[in-house]
This record gives sequence, structure tokens and C-alpha cells, in this order.
Amino acid sequence: MHPALQGLITIIIGVGGCVGYFYFSNFVLDRFLFPAKGPQAGRNINRANMVRPWLFLFPAIFALGLYLAYPVIETLRLSLTDRNLGGAFVGLENYRQMVGEPKFWEAMRNNMLWLIVVPAASTAFGLMAAQLTDRIKWGSIAKSLIFMPMAISFVGASVIFKLVYDTRPAGQEQIGVLNAVWLAFDGGVWSFVVLRLLPAVLLAAFAVLMLYVIYLALVPLLRRNTAHSGGSRLTALVRVIVAAGAAWLGFLASRSILPVLTVALPYGEPQTWLTIPFWNNFFLMVVLVWIQTGFAMVILSAALRGIPEETIEAAVIDGANPFDIFFRIKVPQIMGTIVVVWTTITLVVLKVFDIVFAMTNGQWETQVLANYMYDKLFRANDWGVGSASAIVIMLLVLPILVWNVYNARKEMR
Amino acid sequence: MSSIAGSKPTLTWAVHLSVLALVLLWLFPTVGLFVSSFRTADQISASGWWKALFPQEQNLVLRTSAPDTQVREGDLFVIRGNIFSDNDRVAESEISAWGISSRAISDYAPGETADMGDDGRLTVQANGDYRLENDVEFSGRRGERVFVTATTPPEFTLENYDKVLGKNVVQRLLLFMLAAVAFGAVVRLLVRERTDMVASAAPWVGGIALLVALVYLFGLSTGTVAGAQTTDSMAKAFFSTLTVTIPATVIPIVIAAFAAYALAWMRFPGRALLIAAVVALLVVPLQLALIPLLRLHLGIGIGKGYLGVWLAHTGFGLPLAIYLLRNYMVGLPRDIIECAKVDGATDFQIFTRIVLPLSFPALASFAIFQFLWTWNDLLVAKVFLIDATGDTTVMTNQIVELLGTRGGNWEILATAAFVSIAVPLVVFFAMQRYLVRGLLAGSVK
Repeated sequence: MHPALQGLITIIIGVGGCVGYFYFSNFVLDRFLFPAKGPQAGRNINRANMVRPWLFLFPAIFALGLYLAYPVIETLRLSLTDRNLGGAFVGLENYRQMVGEPKFWEAMRNNMLWLIVVPAASTAFGLMAAQLTDRIKWGSIAKSLIFMPMAISFVGASVIFKLVYDTRPAGQEQIGVLNAVWLAFDGGVWSFVVLRLLPAVLLAAFAVLMLYVIYLALVPLLRRNTAHSGGSRLTALVRVIVAAGAAWLGFLASRSILPVLTVALPYGEPQTWLTIPFWNNFFLMVVLVWIQTGFAMVILSAALRGIPEETIEAAVIDGANPFDIFFRIKVPQIMGTIVVVWTTITLVVLKVFDIVFAMTNGQWETQVLANYMYDKLFRANDWGVGSASAIVIMLLVLPILVWNVYNARKEMR
Repeated sequence: MSSIAGSKPTLTWAVHLSVLALVLLWLFPTVGLFVSSFRTADQISASGWWKALFPQEQNLVLRTSAPDTQVREGDLFVIRGNIFSDNDRVAESEISAWGISSRAISDYAPGETADMGDDGRLTVQANGDYRLENDVEFSGRRGERVFVTATTPPEFTLENYDKVLGKNVVQRLLLFMLAAVAFGAVVRLLVRERTDMVASAAPWVGGIALLVALVYLFGLSTGTVAGAQTTDSMAKAFFSTLTVTIPATVIPIVIAAFAAYALAWMRFPGRALLIAAVVALLVVPLQLALIPLLRLHLGIGIGKGYLGVWLAHTGFGLPLAIYLLRNYMVGLPRDIIECAKVDGATDFQIFTRIVLPLSFPALASFAIFQFLWTWNDLLVAKVFLIDATGDTTVMTNQIVELLGTRGGNWEILATAAFVSIAVPLVVFFAMQRYLVRGLLAGSVK
């Protein structure tokens, strides 16, 4: 049979079967099992109504259980077995082996880098775009254009950015934008301003931002006695952890300011951007930031609109400038949304596989966990270590899972 | 809010300019790919795409006519012609320098004569006219190589699409789409009296069905269209992607809609627990599912194929679908549903007649999400679909393979990537309203 026809028929059977299940199961329930007539009509209706939710839910529960719940347990089990020994139980041997591999630690280090940079950059750009576009007439057009990369696949985005990072030998015309721009720098004043002063200023700004985060995190703890209570011990602990993390990042940023100002750069040489160790990670991250900024922008822009006008008007009357209004009135009010956006992007980062796979495939020290796992599972054919690294990803997701469920339950009450 | 914060003119200008900068920065990479897909291979490698609109200097390697075109003029054997038209380069060009060896490609100015020893003497003019003469008869089958530095006008072509998809596929697809739109309009005219779900969906379903039928009928899906490079069979991959995407979008919606209704409006023990489970499963990384499910699929005989990938996408998409749809359905007015119950409607009737039509915005937004994911997915297809024959390969995978084998052929790569991006972009711009609504329902309360 023609494969296209076969495809069409399977589409019809698949979708039709799905619809048919719901229709006929309800039909059978209402007509034959518990018909709503005769001497026991009332009892039958009640019985039918007890069964029906499960008829409605059965396919969903089945699919969720089979495709998401069962694999968690099965992967956990597989991570404790060895394929070469016919699936024998080997305890934590796979984890020991994995921890002994330098590639795993490279993936962990890079993943941490991704987890810090991508959500932070996407949220910051998104917030900036949301704030700026909300105030101008053509804002909605600007928004759709910034939002557009959401529709582009990670693979498509990888091709797009491969063109941006493309390198040709010295002497030839560069067709990658980044190299064309890079070659325009020749060590003059502008090179100093753009390549040294600007990054240094950005680092300094980041350090200051971290100070602000520490301030935000700790203020409720310090004012606990005077103002309304600052929450439970758990939130206090989280706040201390956030502050400590911010302090560490701020320290790292401020420590790198001087090296950035004095670094020797190879002016005039075309660079193969994706093979420069350490920095190539950032070139890969740019792709995800480019995609996720639109998402952050849309949600944060809705949150910004939800801020009651009165608070802003009050601040204006008190003489606040636009920056004060943004950072001290608006940002604290949408903190909850920022956290949601941040965690959502964190989840995307943990699962990101395509970008690294398509652009470098983990070469030149760009490995990340998801790609490491794919490598182990389908190249090295080692399901033990592969499952072990999948469990590591699951462990990293777990706090978000708990937090989500906690929030959802709180809301339903 | 312009009356309060930041109403100073200078600041407004700064806002306009920074938004413009941001938009351009975000748009720039995609535009680059789009423009590149319409340029010739020579032009792509000669200059950055941002210079595509300007004439540019290229180094070309061309050949004079073959020796069998030589004529005898007295003692001399002469080959003459135009170096551009002899090489099928119809675009008007202006030569600024030329040469006869790959190490010195610009030794001669237009009008000068190069002495090639035994091979004769060559004169090339600025407009490409050349004269090659020799004292002895030319032999061999091919003409002399000439290295030319020429300024060529900008050139745009659909040839790349012909190469990637097959000859004239783009034109034919546009024609089919026109037919589909016309058919949809006719269907809409036929059902305009009715106002139910079926009537509103019929024109769309009809149009899409006609499009798919035409495409399959005229063999665009097999990858053997005249002129298509079978090694790069993007056309085939395009339709594999479509075959994956349509059921993988529809099936989870149907299943999730019923489940969401049960979770929103039916009373039964364990409901809160189920909702919590759905929220928990929302974040489970699908990486965990790969090995256990692949083993399961192989074990029960589904193997790698469309059925397996549909089921996988259904499973992975369900948590969000149920979550989104339930959040929406809970917000529907209680009165309508209770009135219907009092009137004796069963839950099944309430669901299909009342809740489903009212939930259209939520259904649409999830449909767009699921469509974009399944269309753009690489991992699930790689694990559950693509077998050793490679017959069912999807576009994302095809592009990754092109990146490996044709990393330097930007005209193929850019075109292939743009083909895979085009459909999601159309859906995105057409349905953006619903997409945003879905995002807001899912993430912000």
C-alpha cells in the first residue's frame, strides 16, 4: 500500500478510535448497564454517575501512568542494573561509574552555568521588553516579533545561529555576522569601549543587581519583629539560600571585572566561536535565551498590566523617578510571576538537548546533562549510566515539582 | 499611563529606540536565514547576507569553450565567445581583474593578454568577451580555466527550493493551498445556516483534507519529485512530520478534554489527588521515559513507527493539556451546567453540547502548543520513530543530518531550515492570540 495512504488510514483509525471509545462507552453505560428507566431508574442514574468519571478519566490516567509515572520507577530500577550482565542488579555501580567520568562533571558544570545564565538572561530581557513595549503604540507589533522565535524549533534556531557564528579563513569575506562585526574591531578606542568597558560595566551592573537581590531576600527577615511576620522557618531558609547564592554570583562577577578590562584579545583574526572552550557555552546559551525571552515577556507584560494604578500614582506623587517606580514598586509586586517564569525556563533548560546536539554535539567542552544522557543511551548503548543521568535530571527537577504541587494544593483550598 | 511616569520627550525617544534595537536584534538572525535561502551558492559564499541587495565582487572559476568550437583564422586557431554566457551565467557582470592560475587569480586587467605558453594566448575584455588563440590546433575536451574577479548584480532565485523540495514544488503547493482555501470557502457557504461546532470546523477540516489529498495525489510526499535530491529528501520528511503532527495534536486534546471535564465538574473520590498528580507530572522530564518506553514498544510489537510516536507525544502532552483545560473549564458558569442537568442531560451530552464549544479558546491554545512541540520535536522522533530504513525521518532530524554532511552548503541548509520553520511561523502568526491566552492560563494565576 502507498505509505501516504497508510498514514492517512492510521490517522483516521487513531483519532476515530479515540472519539469512538468515549461515545460507545457512554452509550453502553446509559443504555445497557444502567438504563435511566424502569423500576430502578433512580438507583441506575446514581450508579452510572459513579462510573462515568472513571470512563472519562480512564484513557488519560492510563496514558499518564504508562508514559510518565511508570518510566520514573522503571528508570530508577534500570539505573541500578547493568545491561551487559543481562540486567542484573548492581546497586549504585552505575552512579559510581558516572561520577568517575570527567565528561559527566563537564556536563554538570555546564548545566549549572546554563541554569544560572539562561533563566536570568531570559527573564531580564523579557522584563525589559515587557516594560518598554507596554509604553509605546507599536508595542504589540514589537511584542509579536520578539515572541516569534517561540515558534521556531531548537534545530531551526541552531541552523540560524550557526550562520551567525560561521567562520571562514582569514582573508576571505566573512559570511557570519559575528565574525564580520569582530573583524571591524582593530584595537582602537571603540574596541576598548565595546569589548572591555561594556562587559566590565555589565558585570558591575550584575554585581549590583545581586546586592539588590540579597537586600530583597533579607529585608523581610531583618524587619520581622517590627512589621508583619516574615513567614515560616522554611521561607526564611529559602531566603538565606537565595541570598547566599546571589552573594556568590556577585562575588564571581565583581572578581572578573579587572580581568575583563585587561584581557588581551586577538583583534582582526576570524574566530571559530563554537570551539573556544568555556565561552562557546555562552554562544549556545544565546540560542535558548533568544527563544525564551518572548515567553518571559508575554507573561511578565500581563503581570505588569495587572499592577494596580494607585500604587504607581502614589509613588509619582511622592516624587519617585521612573527607575524607582520600576524597581521598587513594580518589580516587588510581580515577584511571584517572575519566580514562575524563572522556574518554567529552568525546566526547559534542564531538558534542552537539541541545541547542543545540533550545534556542537558536546564537543569542545559544551556537553550538558540531557545530551550526555542521550549519548550514553543511544551511542554507548549503556542504559545503566544513561538511566542514572536521567535520574540526576529528575532530582534537579524535584524541588520544582514539590513546589508546584504545594502551590496547586494551596490554591484549590 | 503616559500621563504619569516617564512622560518626558527624551525618555520616550529612548524607549522607542531601545525597543527598535531589541526588535532588530531578535529579528536579525531569522531574516539572515530567510534571505540566504533565496541566494545562489556563489553569492552566499562571496558575501554576508546583509549585503545581498548590493552588487558585489566575486571570484569565479569559469572555462572557455571546448576546443571543438575553434575556428581557423589564417595561421591561427581561435576560440572566442563570452566567458559569462559560455558558463550559463546570464547575469550581467563587469570584470575588474582576471588570471589564469589559482595562485594568481587577478594578475591581468581587462583587455590585457596572457601568454600561456603552449596553451596559447588569452585576452579577456571587461564585459566577458574573450579571444583565445594558438599557433597549433587546440586539443582535449575541455576549455581553459579562467579565474575572474567580477562585480555581479544581486541575484535571487527559487532554485534552492527546487533543489531541496523538488522542482516547482513551492509553486504547486501555493496552487494547492489556493484550491484548499477556495474549497473551504465553498464549504463555509454550504453550512452557514448552522452554528454548532461541526459547522465552524467543517471549512477548515475540508480545506486541509483537500490540501493533503492533492499533495498525496500529485506525489509531492514521496520525495521522488523530478529534480529533488533524493539524499536531501526534505519533501518526504515534510510529510512524515505532518503525519506525526496531526494525530499527535488531535488525540491528546480529545483525551484531555474528557479528563479535564471530569476533574472540573464531576464529583468522585480521589479527585484532588488526581489533580495534584497531574501538576506533579507537568514537570517530569520526558528523558526519563525514553528507555523504559522504547523497550515497552519493542516488547509489545509497536516497534519504531508512527503509532509509537503518536502515543509518546500523547503521553507527554497530556499533563499540560489536562491542566490548561481544567483551569479553563472550572471557570465556566455553574448555572448553565446545572440547568442542563436539571433538564435531564447526561454528562456526556453536557460535555459535547455545552462545555466543549464553550472551551474553544482553551482547546485552540493547547492545540497550538502541541502542534508547535510535535512539529519542532527532535528527541521523541529520534527515539520512537526513526528506524534503520530512515523512511519516516522528520524534518528536524533531516536538518541535523544536513548540518553534518552539508555544513558548508548554506544554500541547502538555509532553505531546508526555512522550509521546516515556515509552517510553525504561519500557525504562530495566525493563532498568536490563542497562544498568548494559553500561556497566561497556564503560568499566571
